[in-house]
Amino acid sequence: MALFSAIALAVILFAVLFGPFIWRVPINEIDFAAKLQGPSWSHPLGTDDLGQDLLARLIYGGRISIAVGVAAMVVAIFFGLLVGSVAGMASGRVDAALMWVTDLFLSLPQLPLLLLVIYLFREPVKGVLGVEGGAFVLIVAVIGGTRWMSAARLVRAQFLSLREKEFVEAARALGASRLRQVTQHILPNALGPVIVVATIDIAAAIIAESTLSFLGLGFPSDVPTWGSVLRDAKDYLDIAPHWALFPGSLIFITVLAINFIGDGLRDALDPRRVL
Amino acid sequence: MKERDLRGLIGKVKAGKLSRRGFVQAMMAVGIGAPAASQILLSSGVAMAQSPSTYKPTKRGGGGPLKLLWWQGPTLLNPHFAVGTKDQDGSRLFYEPLAAWDPDGNLKPKLAAEIPTKENGGLSADGLTVTWKLKQGVTWHDGKPFTADDVVFNWEYAKDPATAAYTIASYQDVMVAKVDQYTVTVKFKKPTPFWADAFVGTRGMLIPKHLFADYIGAKSRDAPTNLKPVGTGPYMFKDFKPGDLVTGVMNPNYHQANKPYFDTVELKGGGDAVSAARAVLQTGEFDFAWNLQVEDEILSRLEKGGKGNVSVTPGGSIEFLLMNTTDPWTEVDGERASLKTKHPTLSDPEVRKAMALLVDNKSIQDHIYGRTGPATRNFLYGPARFESKNNPIEFNVDKANDILEKAGWKKGADGIRAKDGKKLKFVYQTSINQPRQKTQAIIKQAAQKAGIDIELKSVTASVFFSSDVANPDTYTKFYCDLEMYTTTMGQPDPGTHMLQFVSWEAATKENKWQGRNITRWQSPEADKLYRETEAELDPVKRVASFIKLNDLAIQNQVVIGIVQRPGVAARTVKLNCTISGWDNNTWDLSDWFKDA
Amino acid sequence: MSRQYVIRKLLIMIPSLLGISVVLFSLLALAPGDPFDELATNPAVPPEVRAALRAKFGLDDPVWMRYWHWLTALMQGDWGFSFVSRMDVSTLIMQRLPVTLVVIGASQILAIAVAIPVGVLAATRPYSLFDQIANTFAFIGFSLPTFFTGLVLILVFSIQLDWLPFVYRADISATGWQFYWEHIKQSIMPVMVLGLFQGAALVRFVRSSVLDVIRLDYVTTARSKGIGERKVITRHVVRNALIPVVTLVALQMPIVFSGAVVTEQIFRVPGIGSLLITSMLSNDTPVVMGVTFVSACLVVIFNLIADILYGWLDPRIAYR
Repeated sequence: MALFSAIALAVILFAVLFGPFIWRVPINEIDFAAKLQGPSWSHPLGTDDLGQDLLARLIYGGRISIAVGVAAMVVAIFFGLLVGSVAGMASGRVDAALMWVTDLFLSLPQLPLLLLVIYLFREPVKGVLGVEGGAFVLIVAVIGGTRWMSAARLVRAQFLSLREKEFVEAARALGASRLRQVTQHILPNALGPVIVVATIDIAAAIIAESTLSFLGLGFPSDVPTWGSVLRDAKDYLDIAPHWALFPGSLIFITVLAINFIGDGLRDALDPRRVL
Repeated sequence: MKERDLRGLIGKVKAGKLSRRGFVQAMMAVGIGAPAASQILLSSGVAMAQSPSTYKPTKRGGGGPLKLLWWQGPTLLNPHFAVGTKDQDGSRLFYEPLAAWDPDGNLKPKLAAEIPTKENGGLSADGLTVTWKLKQGVTWHDGKPFTADDVVFNWEYAKDPATAAYTIASYQDVMVAKVDQYTVTVKFKKPTPFWADAFVGTRGMLIPKHLFADYIGAKSRDAPTNLKPVGTGPYMFKDFKPGDLVTGVMNPNYHQANKPYFDTVELKGGGDAVSAARAVLQTGEFDFAWNLQVEDEILSRLEKGGKGNVSVTPGGSIEFLLMNTTDPWTEVDGERASLKTKHPTLSDPEVRKAMALLVDNKSIQDHIYGRTGPATRNFLYGPARFESKNNPIEFNVDKANDILEKAGWKKGADGIRAKDGKKLKFVYQTSINQPRQKTQAIIKQAAQKAGIDIELKSVTASVFFSSDVANPDTYTKFYCDLEMYTTTMGQPDPGTHMLQFVSWEAATKENKWQGRNITRWQSPEADKLYRETEAELDPVKRVASFIKLNDLAIQNQVVIGIVQRPGVAARTVKLNCTISGWDNNTWDLSDWFKDA
Repeated sequence: MSRQYVIRKLLIMIPSLLGISVVLFSLLALAPGDPFDELATNPAVPPEVRAALRAKFGLDDPVWMRYWHWLTALMQGDWGFSFVSRMDVSTLIMQRLPVTLVVIGASQILAIAVAIPVGVLAATRPYSLFDQIANTFAFIGFSLPTFFTGLVLILVFSIQLDWLPFVYRADISATGWQFYWEHIKQSIMPVMVLGLFQGAALVRFVRSSVLDVIRLDYVTTARSKGIGERKVITRHVVRNALIPVVTLVALQMPIVFSGAVVTEQIFRVPGIGSLLITSMLSNDTPVVMGVTFVSACLVVIFNLIADILYGWLDPRIAYR
């Protein structure tokens, strides 16, 4: 299964990376004569309501969506692991303070926060990194910055339990440093839920990206991403189902593939695995 | 039509030689709409026509529930604090004005016994006084009689700045006095041809004195009846959950015989426009849905089920493109887009001409708005008498290329035109709303073919339309080169609408960007024309000045009209209702009924 | 795990909630927007009216002063006054609380009730057909946004089959059984959409943590002692695998109060989520503050409960 998924993911990655060199239809060529058409030879995945070619748009959008999904997941998991493991090991005041920050982030209402971020950072970041680069950095920062809390609490809970387990005690008794206890003994055993959270975060980030562009934080409206194509298509679901079907399945297959790879990775890393 | 001809026609109507209808038809033939025509007659002292009633039910009630779907529910039910149409529409279930505007722009009496005219003595010859006769025997929902005291009270309530009523503008400059129990007069400071503002239409709903008298001024927010309306309308208040649901039951003592038809009414809020359309057109779960800002493509498909249809009601709202006249990218005295600057590239009239040629109104109508957005280049198009015929739609990429080439804007290696090191690169902003993003895409693509690079920017509506002084993304700041939105007209008179082109209204830091002139265009000629309309009491000359002002703005490409935005609603096939573009959707709720 | 620990934690909650409220209030004050914006774009309303309203609702005071007013009022049980609807925030919230609790609560219960057994079963037979099917559904659940799944359900069950209404109505005039039936009928789709979305993640977590535990030595020991498979799973595996699940459920619980914006929007469920979003869009700060502060309290409380449950699930966990 993991192998099969790896192949599927490789195909998608290959398509989004090299697709534009093979399928040379521009993403924003408006052709009203061809609007809302189902799959055909000239438009293998059909067209949207402005007659733009969906294959080209999804190939282009795939780069962004996958990049956003993975990058935001990495940011969220990194902070989650950092906060969770420090809190789980340190306990006491440090733990309380870190969990307060976590609770605070969980309580922050997203919409005003996003509007504030747009207001404070959009123009400066755009000035430094350009329109699309700026949007990418902001989106990754916002999604990562608002999604690390569940990873943190999960890691901390695992740590609380694992650090009292016999094998960690044994390591402690043998004089292993704290860092070694964490990296060699506790962390590998705490990774199960983290991998699940990571895969869910990728899916969530791909979808959240389209919500953000809806609020004006995302990419300009003429840049297609999987999430935004799916959102544009939703009102036409009964008129032109292909329009929603393709981005929806792409998100689904990508998430599925990444998940199975994660599962495979976990099985492979399992210290108790007997071959 | 010359002014003298018009006077002749009016004379004929007065003398009874020409029927009222004949006059209106003659006006229509020369492009003057029915509302305008009847206003012309009215200000010349000819009574308004009463449209014949099509109401069929012969007894009160028995119609079951009436289910209305507003995708934004009312948030409060005091008509003097109703800011959006949603609140006004909700209040209108329970409250009524003295008179309302019907679809043709005629006044229809509600709480008035008759519409004031010169003949019945309601309008004074000098244009300074209006006398309203009130309908007798009307009671509030709690049984108390409705009298002249209530009308006078509404004026006192609304004009008090401490009340902070949103209707203040209609009441602060008039004097209202009680003549007897059922007669009031409205006095103006100067002759006013457009007299039907106070106590009429959207801002004219009347609240009862006996329940609000203690809550005038600063205490206005504490009135319990702000949330539990007691009015004179066809339905009595039952329950209200802000943003979600308003319910009412039939008023058994309603002042019109055999009305209303429905036993209960409910106005449900929330959701989105597309699914609201589905609930009426596809499943018939609701009888009527309001303000369907949905692509016509979708509406037409939904209509095919045969359960309901879409009604389009003309008004004065216009979706248009603005071109900045000032430089939004340079800060002068702590202010971007300052009046002291000139736009680096858009100040070249040739660039503006080219831009106008790149707006494909027809495709935007055909493929995005359909019936819900007829293409136009004008800014002012309604009521029909104000519509200029001098601004044909022209979309021509080749011509735009020619103009730019001749004006010295040469394409660089990247395909973008430049002159003296200044590139034709624009930032084009609008609010987030799917049809708008599609319009942006269409204009961007045409511009690209003419060597103009456009960066699209979309701002969430709650920020874009806000007045936040600190936020750079509001539409009044206009800190970019091009922007697009809809401006509404509200009244069948373009007085405030056309303030967008006068120099003293420029939105600047000094007036906290509250000026109405967003492009900050400075034109002595436009100022002069606007001053003329202010002083002109002759309706015909006034129309001519407004048309000239519109043409001046369009032909200088200060703004470019894109599409008209009429009111769009969905209703089930059995529902009979009249919607007016000049009043609330629920203006005539008492007359709604269903075919058996 | 001592009583002292719990009491100490409860006492710490007060300053920590105060701190959160300060941050929340400043965020709302700093975020762009103004509750009387709509007036500014309306040419018929003179600017003086806006100024009077701002003064009346105390919007011109400095932020710290407004916070102080808010806090002192809250101490007296006054949640503030909505700028937009001109009614008490507590009334507005109470109007919407029952629906939120019923609909969102039902979907949470559904999610938990389905996800835990499915996850456990899937983990005991990894890569079996059942596991594959459960996983596929889980992936559909969280890789498709709720706006999409909701719409698919509407198209199928309301428009094609005409079985279920898709506009939720809080006040139904029917009585007796009819009343409950109508309520159940209109709740099915929103509960399904939310339940699927939240259950999906939960299935994956349960499966993953059961898999982690099931391979541990003590489980093998228990099995080799001849304890029945069923008993091994329920007694020895599930309890130890529940730590991440408890964490996740505690993270999701505050939603029961604050609602689920997208789903409420699609089905027009008059829950707190839709109140929150419309209040945010119209910058009705007192309402936003009221709702977010209550959810903040719930976040803190549920995370505390999770902390306490860890100690019960794994007695070796010591809080130092």
